[in-house]
Order: sequence, then C-alpha cells, then structure tokens
Amino acid sequence: MDLTYTEEEQDFRARLRAWLAKVLPELPARPSPDDWPGRRAYDLGWQRRLYEAGYAGLHWPVDAGGRGATPTQHLIFLEETERAGAPYVGANFVGLLHAGPTIAAEGTAAQRARWLPPVLRGDEVWCQGFSEPDAGSDLASLRTRAVRDGDDYVISGSKIWTSHAEVADWCELLVRTDPDAPKHRGITWLAMPMDAPGVTVRPLRTLAGSTEFAEMFLDDVRVPVADRVGAENDGWRVTMVTLSFERGTAFVGEVVACRRTLGELARTAKANGRWDDPVLRRRLGRLYGEFGALWRLTQWNVSEAGRSAGGVPGIGGSVFKLAYSHARQELYDTAAEVLGAQSLSLEEEWTLDRLSSLSYTIAAGTSQIQRNIVAERILGLPKGR
Amino acid sequence: MDFQPTEDQKDLRAGVRDLLAGRYGREALRASLDTGTAVDRGLWRELGAAGFFALRLPESEGGVGLGLPEAVLVFEEAGRALVPGPLVATHLAAGVVPGAAAGTAVVSAFDLGGRLVAHLGEADAVLGASAVPAGEPVRSVDPLTPLHRVASYGGGGDGNGRSVGDCSAFREAGALLTAALQLGSALRTVELAVRYAGEREQFGQPIGAFQAVKHLCAGMLVRAEVARTAVYAAAVTQDPGEVAAAKLLADGAAVGNARDCLQVHGGMGFTWEADVHLHLKRAWVRSEQWRTAGEAEELLAQELLGSAG
Repeated sequence: MDLTYTEEEQDFRARLRAWLAKVLPELPARPSPDDWPGRRAYDLGWQRRLYEAGYAGLHWPVDAGGRGATPTQHLIFLEETERAGAPYVGANFVGLLHAGPTIAAEGTAAQRARWLPPVLRGDEVWCQGFSEPDAGSDLASLRTRAVRDGDDYVISGSKIWTSHAEVADWCELLVRTDPDAPKHRGITWLAMPMDAPGVTVRPLRTLAGSTEFAEMFLDDVRVPVADRVGAENDGWRVTMVTLSFERGTAFVGEVVACRRTLGELARTAKANGRWDDPVLRRRLGRLYGEFGALWRLTQWNVSEAGRSAGGVPGIGGSVFKLAYSHARQELYDTAAEVLGAQSLSLEEEWTLDRLSSLSYTIAAGTSQIQRNIVAERILGLPKGR
Repeated sequence: MDFQPTEDQKDLRAGVRDLLAGRYGREALRASLDTGTAVDRGLWRELGAAGFFALRLPESEGGVGLGLPEAVLVFEEAGRALVPGPLVATHLAAGVVPGAAAGTAVVSAFDLGGRLVAHLGEADAVLGASAVPAGEPVRSVDPLTPLHRVASYGGGGDGNGRSVGDCSAFREAGALLTAALQLGSALRTVELAVRYAGEREQFGQPIGAFQAVKHLCAGMLVRAEVARTAVYAAAVTQDPGEVAAAKLLADGAAVGNARDCLQVHGGMGFTWEADVHLHLKRAWVRSEQWRTAGEAEELLAQELLGSAG
C-alpha cells in the first residue's frame, strides 16, 4: 500500500500544472448555464487547447489517437485541472468518456477514422440516447424500434434525459432491432446524426430551473447500416463496454471540488458565527473526514484498475457512487445550515448546487438500483422474483 | 502510486486469518464466553510468538520490524475473529513494558473516558501508570471486556475533559489500531448478514432475495469499504486528521453494521446464541477507546478550518 507518486507521475503533474498556469488566464469568460451555443463553443474551445497541448484523450489507447495514459496519470489530470479551476469536460463528456472509447474498442477502422479525431480535436459533440420514458433504470427494457430498410435502419421512438442534445452533432443511440428476443439481446448500438430528418429535440427544465437535458423524439429517422457499431442485436454487450471505461475516475474532479467547498463552508461559518455551534461544527468535521476517505477510495479504485489487465473496473464503482452521491447531498444541506435563511436565495451558488445535488442519487442508476447491484453482483445475494 | 496491498501484505493478512481461525474460531469464542475468560494467557503467548505484539518493534530490539500498514492488516483480522483482551494496549507496550512483546505480559491502558479501565483485573501493567491501580469491578456491557472503576487516573486531562494518564504519546497509533479492529468486525458482520440472508427462508424464498434485506446488506458493504480505505490510508500517511477520520468511520461501520446484521438475523439476532451482539457490544467499547466520534469530529473540524487558510 503506497500513496506516493512515482517520479514519472510527479513530472507529469508538474508539466501539467505549468501548462494550466499559462493557459487558463487566456480563456474567455464562461457563458451562462442556459446559453447552450455559448457553452458548446466554450467547451469545444477548451477541448481544442487540450488537443494542441497533447492532453486530448489522455486515457484513450494510442491507436485511437489517445495518449495511452495510465489510470493514475488520468487521475492526476482530473485532480490538477479541477484544482486549477479549468473548465469541466462539459459538452464533450459523452464523446470523450462514452462514445469515443466505445468506437475505439468496437468500431471498424473506417468508423474510428470518421468519428474519433473530431472528438479529440473539439470539432464534434456527442450525446447519449440511452434512457427512455418507460425504461429508466431498467435500461434494457428500451422500446425505440429500428427496422431494416435496404441499407438503412428506420428508427421511431423517443429518448429522455439526453444531456447536450440541443448542441450535439451525433447521438450514441440504443435501439431495439429484434422485439422478439429476450430484452438484453435484440438491442443495437447506432451512431445517429442529430440533424437527420425526423429528429426533434425538446429541452426539459430541471427543478433547478435550468435546461440541463432534453427529450428527443425520433420519427422515421434513417441511419445507414454502416453507422452501426458492433453487430446487430449485440448492443447490450457494446453498452457494457461503454460503461466500463470510466475506471473509477468518473467523480475525481467533483471530489476535489467538494473538499474545496467544505473549506469555504468552514471559513463562511467562522465569519458568520455559525462555527460556534458545536453540532454544525462537528457535522463539518465529519464531512471533511468522509470526503477525505472518498478521495482515498478513488485512489484505491484507480490503483485496482491499474493492476487489472483489461482495465475493467472492480467493485468500486457502485460502492463509490452510493457513498458519494449521499455525501454530496449532505454537504449542500450543511451549506444551507451554514447560510441559514440566506440559503433560500437563488443568488447563492450553494443553493443551486444544493438543488442540482438532488440528481446524484438518481442519475446513472438510482441508489436503489446501485444497492441491488452491490447486493447481487458483489455480495452474491439471490435475485428477487 | 499503487494503493493496493503488496503480495507480502496479503500473505501476512491471510496467515493471521488462518492462525486465528485455528486458534480462536467460533467454538473457542463461545467457550471463553461460557467461562468468562476474556484473556487466555496461552493464546496471548501464541499471539506473541507469532509476532502480533512485536510487529512494529525494530528487529534490533527483537521485533519484526514492520510498519503501521502491516499492523493494521493484522488487527483487522483480530477484529474479524473477535479476539478479546487488550490487544492494542499490549501491542503499544511492546518495547516499553517487559513481556509485552512476547505476549507473556498483559497490558491495559487508560484509553477510556471517565474513570473506567478495561481488563484491569487481568493486567500485569497499565500503559500510562507506574503501577496497576486498584479498582472496583463494574458490570460491563461486553461480556468479554471486563471493566473496573479506578479512584484516580494519575495523569492530566487532554483538554476534552478526559484523563489519559501519560498515554498521549500512544494515542494516534492506539486510535488507528482500534479502528482496524472495528474494520475487521464491520467486514465480518457483512459476511454474517449475507450468509444468513442467503440461508434463511421466509415466504418461500431466501430473505436475501427481498430488496429491503438486500439494501441493508449493500449499505453495510459501503460503510465497510469506505472505512477500509480510510484506515489503510491513515496507516500509510499517519496524518492525525486521517487517523481521526479512520477512527470515526470505522466506529460508524462497526456499530452500524453490527446493528444491521442483528436486524437481518431477526429474532435470532436478539438471542445470546447468535454472535451478532458480541460484535455490537465490542464495537461500542472500542468506540469509546482512544478517540471518540465527538473528539474525532472536533479535530477534523479544526483541521478543516486550518486547510481553508
């Protein structure tokens, strides 16, 4: 058990830190959260800078245009960019973390050449067409149909909770190609252009008042068979490949940010006198201990991924997500305690964070589904009827 | 960076697990409960011979010369097996109290608040006292942790209203090794709950097929795994804040998991025959040793404020 970084890792960190110090002051001002075209331009601009400096697709394999970095180097990258206040991956999230790695692993040479370089260069944005109104956590029960017609699939159905749909160029789309097969078979992974005729995007307003995601309606949309990644009806396996790429690093930046927020909370509480309340003070102390442990759990999971040959994540993902999503909500509830009535003002950044933290126990598999996964796949308890 | 245990560390842990399974399995545990023998001198000497107490003593002083990470893995196993006796205090006394390293002496410590001392009647020495003080026996919640009330602790206070004698030098390591015992217990109660949930049938199926039971078990694993990384990290960094967090989270995992394990066992869990209550009672004792949750939280709060600059 060793928590020291190798000389190579320390060099990597130092070079990255120096580059960030040089490049961040040159960035334009951040667009407002509801300015989607502005956000797209901002996020792609940052991706272009990463590309030019050689940090694009850091954890992608070299033959896919990436840097083939180790999980630890990726951890350092995420930690340092967050510490420096660099832009978040933002609109490039699906392309860099989901669609890109899937195409790299499962796509043909032509598909890799077509789709990967624009993601790395910051030219194209992807969104994720997985969730459906009637599927939710039971992803495999999706109903959007695709029927072969000559060299095309003709798609009809709808998707929901699609982040960045308004500004995406491509969608990684799961469709049902064999309605008679068991629900995990019969699914196919397609790359759908968002400007195809028949695609309608309608933004959804979140409880935080913002438009973070959208509904998507597909009405006889034609996608060439050549844009299918993996075999027909093999989309569930391809999707599992997609979901295995994060290797315990999905929340690295956020854990770093939460620890910084805790420090700001303590300082604010000290300034407004709330620090003298031992119950609140102890709660802050406990959260500090918990987020410290969550950081160590991240390092533990990354170390585990670094040892496994295929890079397939261990049990850490669901365990981490369960602990983190609840700790994050408690953090912002505590922020509200520090602020008192002031927490009712939407002008407080922590109030917006408090609202958005409510999604963490729902998105990417609810806490209840995560507990089922932990109980059945890790602890080996029997499946319910 | 490679935060996973080395092969040597895994081998050490597996070796201790085998030793304890053979020497202090369930029958031995129940026998000590029946006879009220908290400290088995024979077992104590065998643990000493296996290097349990001398693990961190330098080889030049007859020890094994290993570090806190290894000690934590070994204590995790002792916690899993519910080995009774002042394991942490005797380990800390190696090289300080004659016979502690070899396990020929039993050493307790002023590691509890108030005027209570554990295992006083069985102790050859008490860490932090020049002589074993006299004390009145007190009926203990944990049948295998006898308690005495002493007239005086001797030393000064630690600022939190508790006397620590002159144990303060041992406090960090004491808290961390106690956290490791708690971690072992927390991991063990997950196993006990999962095994019972898989065997016990109700309404025509194992109760582990019910989501309500599944979710209790999953929550137990999450608590234990978060505590595990906290304890291992603290052993590596020896940072006081991380040690406090490790104790805090491991106390929570041991107590919370024992409670949930008891719940999964239903009526059986409320009986003397099930081992669950022993894990819970021991976890309560350890929560009061070396560093309480409140003390850990206050320490962490001060560190947080400092970190905020």
